[in-house]
Amino acid sequence: MAEPSPLAARGAGRLLAHFWMVLGVIVVAFPVYYVFVASTHSVQTILRPPLPLLPGPEAARNYSDAFSGGISRIGGVSLWRLLANTTIVAMGIALGKIAISMASAYAIVFFRFPLRMACFWLIFITLMLPVEVRIQPTYKVMVDLGLIDTYPGLILPLIASATATLLFRQFFMTIPDELLEAARVDGAGPWRFFKDILWPLSLTNVAAIFVIQFIYGWTQYLWPLLVTNSNEMNTIVIALKKMISFADADTPWNLVMVTSVLAILPPILVVVLMQRWFVKGLVETEK
Amino acid sequence: MARILLNDVRKSYAGNQVIHGITMEIADGEFVVIVGPSGCGKSTLLRMVAGLEAISAGTVEIGGKVVNDLEPRQRDIAMVFQNYALYPHMSVRENMAYGLKIAKLPKTEIEARVAKAATMLELEPYLDRKPRALSGGQRQRVAMGRALVREPAALLLDEPLSNLDAKLRVQMRLQIKEMHLRTGQTTLYVTHDQVEAMTLADRLIVMNKGVAEQIATPLEVYERPASEFVAGFIGSPAMNIFTVDAADGRVTLPGGAVLPLPVPRGGDLRLGLRPEHLRTAQPGEAAIPVVLRSVERLGADAFGYGMIEGSEVPMVLRLPGTSQLSRGDRVEAVPDPAHLHFFDPVSGRRIEG
Ligand SMILES: Nc1ncnc2c1ncn2[C@@H]1O[C@H](COP(=O)(O)OP(=O)(O)OP(=O)(O)O)[C@@H](O)[C@H]1O
Ligand SMILES: [Mg+2]
Repeated sequence: MAEPSPLAARGAGRLLAHFWMVLGVIVVAFPVYYVFVASTHSVQTILRPPLPLLPGPEAARNYSDAFSGGISRIGGVSLWRLLANTTIVAMGIALGKIAISMASAYAIVFFRFPLRMACFWLIFITLMLPVEVRIQPTYKVMVDLGLIDTYPGLILPLIASATATLLFRQFFMTIPDELLEAARVDGAGPWRFFKDILWPLSLTNVAAIFVIQFIYGWTQYLWPLLVTNSNEMNTIVIALKKMISFADADTPWNLVMVTSVLAILPPILVVVLMQRWFVKGLVETEK
Repeated sequence: MARILLNDVRKSYAGNQVIHGITMEIADGEFVVIVGPSGCGKSTLLRMVAGLEAISAGTVEIGGKVVNDLEPRQRDIAMVFQNYALYPHMSVRENMAYGLKIAKLPKTEIEARVAKAATMLELEPYLDRKPRALSGGQRQRVAMGRALVREPAALLLDEPLSNLDAKLRVQMRLQIKEMHLRTGQTTLYVTHDQVEAMTLADRLIVMNKGVAEQIATPLEVYERPASEFVAGFIGSPAMNIFTVDAADGRVTLPGGAVLPLPVPRGGDLRLGLRPEHLRTAQPGEAAIPVVLRSVERLGADAFGYGMIEGSEVPMVLRLPGTSQLSRGDRVEAVPDPAHLHFFDPVSGRRIEG
């Protein structure tokens, strides 16, 4: 039996709390549900208000059409390709951010070298420089490096992460000194200490940061829009944008809605699948 | 197994010296305890031997090799930390095997050593558990096991028992002693607990403010403390130490009473008398008059706390457990002439009688 939370209210208070929670869920979930409903109707039904509140009969047709060429007809690139592109970009950004920020946090916390604090502050300051602010020079660099319309071009400018570095730094600083000393006495060098001790202890944090950064990468809009010219390299969010830039009546809304559903689904899947780890990483301080 | 040589070892933190030159030889297989009050530099000294702290001056030799510039792993030492520092994500077995795995010992050898240590420390039922599922005493034994399986040249322990409750501490103390007898491991052990120090050590280093006040066997430290600090630190309750005026085989006590005693020289002296070396006087015998302020009864013994009559100098006496004395009573105490300690009032060093 679950223990009653100390915050658990009774009677009227509890009812009120539930009312607000349900209301919150409806506000957040209803648009998503509506997108799903729309993806199961024909264009005609969608364009003739009001849109029904229940799923329609066209689901199978819309989805199979979307996957078997419907999207290519309007966007010039298959839905499969869009999903693959976005997955590569989101994974690249999430894994790249984790690799880079762990390495820098490891250096800053466990090594003594000249200008260590200067490096730390430098990383810290980049928090004030998101892609949007440094977009012009970044774009120039990408052009010079010939990375327009490539995966590295989509991924690299986004993987430096001060936030993740700071999170890892905070976590590493909670590792007791004696654990490091015990490892040194046991004969572990810097690499072994990282691999055998720090990495396993960081796993829940890594999972949490992965989830956050995967979603960040999946939903990127501005940068992919700039750095891709060819439709072949579009991410799903960009493709969505391109699909609806026709006159309203010409937009195949049913397929747009299918694409929307597929754009929302992977982040939800990642959160659901990694939820246990994710929550653990955010709340747990096990050492 | 090896000999450890400390040669004028010093440590400074940013120009502030905390270890002031310690020289000693630790024989192969010897159990040496570093004891002293908090902040005196015990851990610092041990960590310099371990290689976790840089040596500011002097040399440390382990097994005939100067190790000043070697990493801990190159010094062939193992260490037990006060809070155990077990790897939280590894099982007991993995914790103990980790150092051996890094040293690339053959699997069968690792298994054999871990099994042996687990038997010795009664850890077999817990080998597959994680540290978080162990009690404090069990974690302590895992930490011991992790150090022992390495079969290092020197075993270093920093207050390994201080996180345990009193009963467990006694148990582990005996176990450590027994283990040392069995393995004959050269051991350096830090504690601030004088009972641990007295019972475990072949020899003691009594430290005070970064200086080794005395390096000797426990019995010698007890019977012939080299300084007033050592005299006051070792022994429970602490030795009574007060200033007397000495002349021709007599001392004048703080309250004005005169006591015939064999004195080493005249003038002001610090006289040290252990509570257990004072007895109550026969009628007419010259004695130290003490007015009791309280009596603590421990069963077998009782300790009377008071002051020398006519002064504010505190005095502790050991009394028989059946003593009927109580607060306000006056006791005449006679020191045992075989256990007198005289110290120089300026330097605090022992003056031989
Ligand atoms: N990193 C450091 N920087 C400056 N001073 C230090 C540092 N580490 C220790 N000290 C000082 O060195 C002295 C000795 O410290 P040490 O830890 O060796 O004491 P200790 O005898 O082990 O005490 P305890 O019984 O409390 O553990 C202390 O005065 C302490 O303040
Ligand atoms: Mg200490």
